[in-house]
Amino acid sequence: MDFDLNDEQRLLKESIERLLADRYDFEARNKFMAKPEGFDRDLWRQYAELGLLGLPFAEKHGGVGGGPVETMIVMEAFGRALALEPFLATVVLGGGVLRHGGSEAQRDAVLPKVADGSLLLGFAHQERQARHDLSDVATTARRDGTGWILDGAKTLVLHGASADKLVVSARVAGDRRDRDGIGLFLVDANAPGVSRRGYQMIDGLRGAEVTLAQVAVGPDAAIGDPGAAFPLIERVVDEAMAALAAEAVGAMAALHELTVDYLKTRKQFGVAIGSFQALQHRAVDMFVHLEQSRSLSMLATMMVQEPDPIERHRAIAAAKVQIGRSGKFIGEQAVQLHGGIGMTMEYKGGHYFKRLTAIGTTFGDADHHLAWLARNGGLIAAA
Amino acid sequence: MDLRFTAEELAFRDEVRAFMRAALPDDIRRKIVDGRHLGKEDIVTWQRILNQKGWAVPHWPVEWGGTGWSPVQQYIFLEEMQQAPAPQPLAFGVSMVGPVIAAFGSEAQKKRYLPRIANLDDWWCQGFSEPGAGSDLASLKTSAKRDGDMWVVNGQKTWTTLAQYADWIFCLVRTDPAAKKQQGISFLLIDMKTKGITVRPIVTIDGGREVNEVFFDDVRVPAENLVGEENKGWDYAKFLLGNERTGIARVGMSKERIRRLKELARMEQSGDRPLIEDERFGAKLAAVEVELKALEMTQLRVVSNEGRRGNRPDPASSILKIKGSEIQQTITELLVEVVGPYALPYQPEYLDDERRNEPPVGPDWGPGLAPTYFNTRKTTIYGGSNEIQKNIIAKAILGF
Repeated sequence: MDFDLNDEQRLLKESIERLLADRYDFEARNKFMAKPEGFDRDLWRQYAELGLLGLPFAEKHGGVGGGPVETMIVMEAFGRALALEPFLATVVLGGGVLRHGGSEAQRDAVLPKVADGSLLLGFAHQERQARHDLSDVATTARRDGTGWILDGAKTLVLHGASADKLVVSARVAGDRRDRDGIGLFLVDANAPGVSRRGYQMIDGLRGAEVTLAQVAVGPDAAIGDPGAAFPLIERVVDEAMAALAAEAVGAMAALHELTVDYLKTRKQFGVAIGSFQALQHRAVDMFVHLEQSRSLSMLATMMVQEPDPIERHRAIAAAKVQIGRSGKFIGEQAVQLHGGIGMTMEYKGGHYFKRLTAIGTTFGDADHHLAWLARNGGLIAAA
Repeated sequence: MDLRFTAEELAFRDEVRAFMRAALPDDIRRKIVDGRHLGKEDIVTWQRILNQKGWAVPHWPVEWGGTGWSPVQQYIFLEEMQQAPAPQPLAFGVSMVGPVIAAFGSEAQKKRYLPRIANLDDWWCQGFSEPGAGSDLASLKTSAKRDGDMWVVNGQKTWTTLAQYADWIFCLVRTDPAAKKQQGISFLLIDMKTKGITVRPIVTIDGGREVNEVFFDDVRVPAENLVGEENKGWDYAKFLLGNERTGIARVGMSKERIRRLKELARMEQSGDRPLIEDERFGAKLAAVEVELKALEMTQLRVVSNEGRRGNRPDPASSILKIKGSEIQQTITELLVEVVGPYALPYQPEYLDDERRNEPPVGPDWGPGLAPTYFNTRKTTIYGGSNEIQKNIIAKAILGF
């Protein structure tokens, strides 16, 4: 039992925190958000120089061979900084699909370019009717000679408008919600028939609606076995949820600190409002939520490598429930404890609240994961 | 970072688990599972089984019977014991007064008391709270005045758990009325058979007889029964309460209760299906499991940090007290929900081996559930109320 980071991990944590402290004050963030792509390419290159963009990839793919703990460290730092860049979309989701499921040729073609910062990926999976059901895929992939024709509409594709390549899920067989019959395809984002509509989301990150109309791809576009990609999707989404849990912990910790500082400095009735027990106890309730979330974020991080997918998902679902509920509690309380200033766009606190709200919904809210746990025997195994 | 137990820790867990299976008498285990009352004999029997194995007081100094286990091993031991489920060892002896005597007592006191605590030859109770001193413990008024080589004690203690069985009581008493609140308090060991002590039961809302009032009327106590230095009792009390909070999360016990809850929810019907398949009930159950899993990891974080803090109590252990007690309460609420209408019959005699003579109204696992729910409200009050724990976190961690 060991909860400590090793020396290399501590070094990684320090260097990313230093970079973000330098480059990511609140004003800089607002400027990045206002750029056409919603983030700063220059900073993205610096991430690449630090090795962050190849963090989980093998060395032969330009990566550094880091594990889930390294991803946790980086995501937590991004959470603190309220980072806007497409790290989750490109490295964790798109990169994750190729890393685990791509052919050697696909990995060689894509991963080194992701690692050096020259290629962005998008994970085009969510559909309008699917809500939180990962296996609900109506987009189709029809055989055409040796290749495939893709048709359908994808929604809420994280950073989809700036992606160079999209990892698209499409059904090759079966009914709309079947777990079998789903394929994953690597599609050039500018291929004929692909149209994208980008927009800003509530948390300042970017999303895109992606339409695929008669998009023809070659045989080399299929990632893995094109009727049996669902376990790969589940695995990569589990990894993404573990990463989001770490990001949420970073955001919750920073927001909690901001709130405690405010309580200590804001004066009313001639005293700091933090001298009132009602407010102190609220700050403690937030702290308890934060620490419980940190505990399950660590558990989720460790369990992403668990070979049994049900056991893996049990831990991930638990973390998603916890961060969903705790993120909401901490976010709402932070606004309340700040009073009016917490309501303003010009104050950083509200932006943490919005990011936490977005994380709470992404890949299923707390109720969705509670229902899954209830159907699958919960967390405490029978004796 | 590796959150798995090591191979050695897993082997240790298997050893402890096998011992619990083999050594715990089945009738005692059954009583705990069913939520019936344990008698004094049950607790004594179990303590002596532990003592024979050498596991009565793992956390004590080795020369007085400690096992020298790491904090993680001690955690595993407690967790396995709670999951067995075995009786909780009597905390007032092994977790409270024992460590105080071992740390601050004289050699003569150690020799006289510690082996008898480990074997539960002496049943100890705790004389801290008073009618006017609850969360504000330092305002206590029970006095001890020196008269030759005796202390003369006058006053009243309350909420004294299981004092009806007690041979001894450890008390905080005021020995210097002129000193400021926390100074002027001493830590005194008193034989319950001494003339002038009266024990009066307080019946709790569940109908249980667990707590008492204890009155002291010119009770004469030998001077040698003072622990450590005169007027330093508050320091020893803080040491004692700091030890208490880490043991209070009761993760193993809550796991055992959740297993029981699931077993019962599979038996009970709700409409045309077992209650466990009801979506609203299932979501509530899953929610408490998530809380418990998080608490387990938080506790392990605190435990694995223990070695490096030395003897300083970790204020993060207040989180364990808060969440542990809340989770225990939620589980007892769900147990009452499971039994449904059969929570209503009040059948205290069924919970008591000596008074039980006919089958209960409703299922035989029902009578203990509502009383346990009512009784478990105490967990957010005792051991430093959860509001006091929040004060501790606010001050010691958040810096208010």
